[in-house]
Amino acid sequence: MENLEALTQQALAAVSEAQDVAALDQVRVQFLGKKGEITSLMKNLGSVAPEDRPKMGAIINEAKDQVENAISQRKQLLESAALDAKLAAETIDITLPGRAMQEGSLHPVTRTIERIESFFAGAGFQVMEGPEIEDEFHNFEALNIPSHHPARAMHDTFYFDAGRLLRTHTSPVQVRTMEAQQPPLRIICPGRVYRCDYDQTHSPMFHQMEGLLVDKGVSFADLKGILQEFMAAFFEKDIKVRLRPSYFPFTEPSAEIDIEWVIETPEGTKTRWLEIGGCGMVHPEVFRHVGIDPEEYTGFAFGMGMERMAMLRYGVNDLRLFFENDLRFLQQFR
Amino acid sequence: MKFSEQWLREWVQPAVSTEELAAQVTMAGLEVDGVEAVAGMFSGVVVGQVVSREQHPDADKLSLCQVTDGNETFQIVCGAANVRTGLKIPLAKIGAVLPGDFKIKKAKLRGVESFGMLCAEAELGMAESSDGLMELPEDAPVGADFREYMNLDDTIIEVDLTPNRADCLSMAGLAREVGVLNKADLTELVVNAVAPAIDDKPAIEVSAAEQCPRYLGRIVKGVNVKAVTPLWMVEKLRRGGIRSIDPVVDVTNYVMLELGQPMHAFDLKQIDGGIRVRMAEQGEKLTLLDGQDVELNADTLVIADHAKPLAIAGIMGGEHSGVADDTQDLLLEAAFFAPLAIAGRARNYGLHTDSSHRFERGVDYNLAAKAMERATALLLDICGGQPGPVVEVASEAHLPKAPTIHLRRARAELILGLKLADSEIEDILTRLGMQLTATDDGWDVVAPSYRFDMAIESDLIEELARIYGYERLPVRLPSAASPLARVAENRLSMGDLRRHLVARGYQEAITYSFVEPQLQKSMDPDHAPIALLNPISAEMSVMRTDLLAGLVQAVSYNLKRQQPRVRLFETGLRFVPQADGQLDQIPTLAFALTGNRLPQSWADTDAGVDFFDAKGDVESLLARTGQLSRYRFVAASHPALHPGQTARIEKLDADGQWQEVGVMGALHPSLQKPLGVKQALYLVQLDLAAVREIAIPDFSELSKFPEMRRDLALVVAQDVQVDQVLQAIRAKAGDYLTKLNLFDVYVGKGIDPDRKSLALGLTWQHPSRTLTDEEVNDSVSSVLAHLEESLGATLRG
Repeated sequence: MENLEALTQQALAAVSEAQDVAALDQVRVQFLGKKGEITSLMKNLGSVAPEDRPKMGAIINEAKDQVENAISQRKQLLESAALDAKLAAETIDITLPGRAMQEGSLHPVTRTIERIESFFAGAGFQVMEGPEIEDEFHNFEALNIPSHHPARAMHDTFYFDAGRLLRTHTSPVQVRTMEAQQPPLRIICPGRVYRCDYDQTHSPMFHQMEGLLVDKGVSFADLKGILQEFMAAFFEKDIKVRLRPSYFPFTEPSAEIDIEWVIETPEGTKTRWLEIGGCGMVHPEVFRHVGIDPEEYTGFAFGMGMERMAMLRYGVNDLRLFFENDLRFLQQFR
Repeated sequence: MKFSEQWLREWVQPAVSTEELAAQVTMAGLEVDGVEAVAGMFSGVVVGQVVSREQHPDADKLSLCQVTDGNETFQIVCGAANVRTGLKIPLAKIGAVLPGDFKIKKAKLRGVESFGMLCAEAELGMAESSDGLMELPEDAPVGADFREYMNLDDTIIEVDLTPNRADCLSMAGLAREVGVLNKADLTELVVNAVAPAIDDKPAIEVSAAEQCPRYLGRIVKGVNVKAVTPLWMVEKLRRGGIRSIDPVVDVTNYVMLELGQPMHAFDLKQIDGGIRVRMAEQGEKLTLLDGQDVELNADTLVIADHAKPLAIAGIMGGEHSGVADDTQDLLLEAAFFAPLAIAGRARNYGLHTDSSHRFERGVDYNLAAKAMERATALLLDICGGQPGPVVEVASEAHLPKAPTIHLRRARAELILGLKLADSEIEDILTRLGMQLTATDDGWDVVAPSYRFDMAIESDLIEELARIYGYERLPVRLPSAASPLARVAENRLSMGDLRRHLVARGYQEAITYSFVEPQLQKSMDPDHAPIALLNPISAEMSVMRTDLLAGLVQAVSYNLKRQQPRVRLFETGLRFVPQADGQLDQIPTLAFALTGNRLPQSWADTDAGVDFFDAKGDVESLLARTGQLSRYRFVAASHPALHPGQTARIEKLDADGQWQEVGVMGALHPSLQKPLGVKQALYLVQLDLAAVREIAIPDFSELSKFPEMRRDLALVVAQDVQVDQVLQAIRAKAGDYLTKLNLFDVYVGKGIDPDRKSLALGLTWQHPSRTLTDEEVNDSVSSVLAHLEESLGATLRG
């Protein structure tokens, strides 16, 4: 049995010397395989005296277990080392930039319009659109601006011929909506509008957002409330809103919408009123043009320039940038 | 409208500062555009007189003057051309301080000493620029403090009046408004009738009574037109933005500024027979005061005599009948012309005058007599003369009548969201000059003749709001919204659509809807765009018939600014004239891509985009509709696109017809240079309607049975389109073909040069059982047979 002891030691030494899983398997075959050296001891048990067999068997099994355990432990060790090596080899520089796709972004005017749409959607306003080449009726007459009305001079209108023009405001969309639907109405109408005026602060094309609410019992107080709420939502702060008496043929009372703008200067904080748009209670004549009874319904309308809002919100200082489509400008609105 | 604050305060004296006054009228709807001092800050300037003038010994353009302030005489070197002996001028003496803290000191100019400075208006902050010295009237008191003499401690306030407030286009109107806002009484101007000194009466016939419901004329004889307009009047006019011309014109202008009544003076000797107020005859000729010859239109009201037109009524007088140096006798006119008879006419002749501005907005129809008396009195004061009696021709039937407007207190409360006390309503309206009669539910209100903008109840409610103060009106939030919004699921929102493209690397652009005609023509020669009558410039003169022109320009703009990789998209209307004369305004999406497929990176190659990048983006968008199979790409031609790389995009409509919904392709190489795009540019344009209509998902049962797949390597002629192959396969592959995928296209070694190899994966799956090999093999066989027969396709050997 010294043989067994020596064999076991030999096997254990071979296990601990095995440098990879394959070598270890060879060790297993050599000692514990079908024809393995320890296995064959068991097979030779027949030559041992019958009364010694159980004891001898137990000793051999013990040696076998000992080697098997050693193999299994060694195997775990080798596998884990192999995995570590593999992982080390697979290590990457995670500071390399990701595969580029480079998303684009919305135009700041669209971004502004979408934000405003979302505020009003929450209050039940639907988005309506209309044609940009309009007729005199929808752009002017239905809005109580007959052909020789001095208010037409306030709209530097682009004409195509006697009857067709580029809409000067988004108000025709409210006319078209009221022609098609009876109150209650809550709509906003964003879109391109056109005025024949081009300089540093005027673009011949710009965007307006019109809002209209027509229902029973709507008052000027509601108009003040919604504009106040809107400005607070848009600028994400409480902002003073001032309605200043003005004149639009299609609303009465009419007002300019001013907001109090705070400017930080080296000399300190200054405030001034900025004109943002116009608003008022829908003129009864407008209701009559579209077949809504002004005795039954009242309503308010407001309109404002989207470029102006975007400039204030994002600090853009030149109106012309909006239409140059310079990527360096557009990409700032991601 | 500009006015002198001092003048206003002659009429009404509210206890408010200039700043408060400006804020007050702004918040009453008369927006103050500017407040400026009549003159700059200066001191030490007196009225001086040039005693003598001689040439500076060493400078051609300088004069050497002796100037007196009444006590002393100063030697002053002056560079102005209009300096001359006897001239009275503002004299800044040594020690004077001019605007900009400019101190006057003894100076030496070209070797000659100068003790002070003679001033031009600009140097005193009285004008933007001046041409020479300010010339003072002959009666200016030498030595007097110039500031005091000119009454310069005054401000000019400019209000931007809305078209409905023509009643405030005069001092009287502004003062009324300020009085109402401050509850302050007016110092009314007392105008007494001037007794006739002679009996001469003008003959006046008004044949256009509707257009001219009231016409007043008066003859004034023996007028000295060479008299000098007094300084106070010149200054009030100047501060009102009107230049002094001659005493007669100054008087009529002054009365217009003061009372709001435009007037006119004719040279009596030029009037042939008498005044006829009539419509012009088409083509009649008249030379206007500004020297312009006009041909009159029949819609124009004229003041004529028995032979010819003398003036365009309410707009501008004629040159021939105007006051001239030799005028001795005048006919003064004060009339009420109906706004509709004047509106738009001035513009038709390219004119805009103080008179037309007022008449087309409306002038108090009861003002003419008062204005006539006021003007006569001022004229007599300045120019002398003998007035005749006033002759008035009026048509009661055509004169406006102040309507009785019923104001309901409940309506006022509804509109304003506030119940005003009856006493408050009565107070406001009464202060505004309205006559009130109480009724059961409110008042019957009659507005004064100067408030011709008052016609309906809403007008009165607006006045209540305005005078009460918009700021003081209540604020509340509209009651809760209507029921939940119904958002149609079968319509792709614009937000989703835009974000889809944004995620695929496109930057949204907004280009002008009007473009340069030649550019539009090169992109879309098949449609003649609709042109603006009054474009800003030729570059923006026609409406785009596609969105590609604008995008190409935007791409070019960026390429020129070192941005070689550009992806832009735009949504908006294109304006396409139809054969029947109608104009379609079509919501459209377009995009453009050029440069590298991906931004330059360590991880990717620098390959440039090609047609299939563009097509992939189109397909990914169309896939959003959930019905990609209803679209197809058909090889096509387009005048602006590469003939071999253009596709028409078609959609199967509800009737099973393929309709064109878009086009895509590479910009034609011959257009690259002219359009400033010197690299391959791919363009796509789609009708938005076709892209936004989406299918609502319709669930189908998941099969529990295995898929069967067969890969085919086919060889077909080069000119066979892949689409033909795919269609042929679908036609014969049986009902259970679930996927068909082209995974390789190969041309080259091992293949006949005229042919190409296509590798296709076909997948079958039955919903309720396992397909057998035999079934699938049968399908493959019939597919192959059909491919060979119809397209000459063979299996790759």
